[in-house]
Amino acid sequence: MARILILTPLRQFADKNDTVDLPGTTVGEVLIALTTRFPDLKKHLYNDEGKLRSFVNVYLNDEDIRYMKKDATPVNDPDTLSIVPSIAGGYV
Amino acid sequence: MSEEVNLSKDEILRYSRHLIMPEVGMEGQLKLKNASVLLVGAGGLGAPLGMYLAAAGIGKIGLVDFDVVDFTNLQRQVIHGTKDVGKKKLDSAFQTMADINPFVKLVGHETALSSDNAFEIFKDYDIIVDGTDNFPTRYLVNDACVLLNKPNVYGSIFRFEGQATVFAYEGGPCYRCLYPEPPPPGLVPSCAEGGVLGILPGVIGLIQATETVKLILGIGQTLVGRLLLYDALGMKFRELKLRKNPECPVCGDHRTVTKLIDYVEFCGVPHLEAPPEPVAASGDIEPAEVKAKLDRGDTFTLIDVREVHEFQICRIPGSTLIPLGELQKRLSELDPASEIVAHCKSGVRSGKAVDFLKQQGYKKVRNMKGGILAWSDKVDPTVPKY
Repeated sequence: MARILILTPLRQFADKNDTVDLPGTTVGEVLIALTTRFPDLKKHLYNDEGKLRSFVNVYLNDEDIRYMKKDATPVNDPDTLSIVPSIAGGYV
Repeated sequence: MSEEVNLSKDEILRYSRHLIMPEVGMEGQLKLKNASVLLVGAGGLGAPLGMYLAAAGIGKIGLVDFDVVDFTNLQRQVIHGTKDVGKKKLDSAFQTMADINPFVKLVGHETALSSDNAFEIFKDYDIIVDGTDNFPTRYLVNDACVLLNKPNVYGSIFRFEGQATVFAYEGGPCYRCLYPEPPPPGLVPSCAEGGVLGILPGVIGLIQATETVKLILGIGQTLVGRLLLYDALGMKFRELKLRKNPECPVCGDHRTVTKLIDYVEFCGVPHLEAPPEPVAASGDIEPAEVKAKLDRGDTFTLIDVREVHEFQICRIPGSTLIPLGELQKRLSELDPASEIVAHCKSGVRSGKAVDFLKQQGYKKVRNMKGGILAWSDKVDPTVPKY
């Protein structure tokens, strides 16, 4: 079980939710539960090879899962997973 | 550094509230005066940055911008005023900054930052502050900072959220360590999802200004190695760990990027401004022709595929609102045999709607060229533009 925080640019693909609680014992399982619930999110999170896209980072609490065990990183209640896409704005 | 710098009597009075804090003091204020900072962009982030860094007494501030002030800027770009609409942003910003602090040397770079000029412009500054609005320039600023070994004070905003950090400082992580690649253009939020709370760049720009001043003074804990996230609606600040990626192509162990590249190509952006219209010209209809059809009472359906909140700003009388995202589930409202014209703000979303309807077997579907903006220009100037 983990709480997932979805940042603004991706909320439009998750029925406008900013947080959802989903089951799973690893980061991978929780993310599968997420894309099962919101299928539109899938192409924004994963590339055609099924790998997490390189402009989307996933953090378990404050740590980037790329520097942990990636999808195999264990999650425990009350961990928070944050999905943080890159944003470019600032000027306009 | 350069020749010995001193403060005049007027400057001592001006910076009094800095000088009486031991963390800044005379030594710190002289560091600020001796420092040079380049702001890339005089927009939402650049506005508070320019004003506060000038007020703080930075010795030299450079500004890269080639744009002109327009009315839609004024909701957030507080360095420009109503009287400045139509002026070059460089001139308008420098007028404000010189008024705040005439002791600052202001240097304008009226150009689009590119791989050809970035090194030449950056080399004269200690710190680079990124206040741009697009991925190609952000990767360019990052790579140039890494290759020149200059810190990149980063800030970025979207609607009600912001991100800030310091990249490439003394061998620390860079933008590519965080995000190795930009999103492909098709996955960037559409104009319907854009927009920004006017105050937001004020908050993020001033976090960047704070980090800039701390880097110069050498005090406090900077955001190096931390990505700060700000959520204005939840009024929450969170921070995430930002690590140096050993596989980073520009600052990692096996570097493949050793000079500036073509960043527009890298980001897959065909053009920096509007994406190409997805519809063939044969599927287009001019706003004036749509007006004539309405006046004649022709039988056709005019659908507006913008969002509800945009429809509330302005609309074309006789149009039916079906936001692009709802088109699929509201298809039953549209007769495949009837003539349909779709419009949006500028023609991009309605182009997608036309493509979708054609795939669904609708034959007589056309896209109103230029959207409601063109309608305002060519048919009815009382319709407000936004």
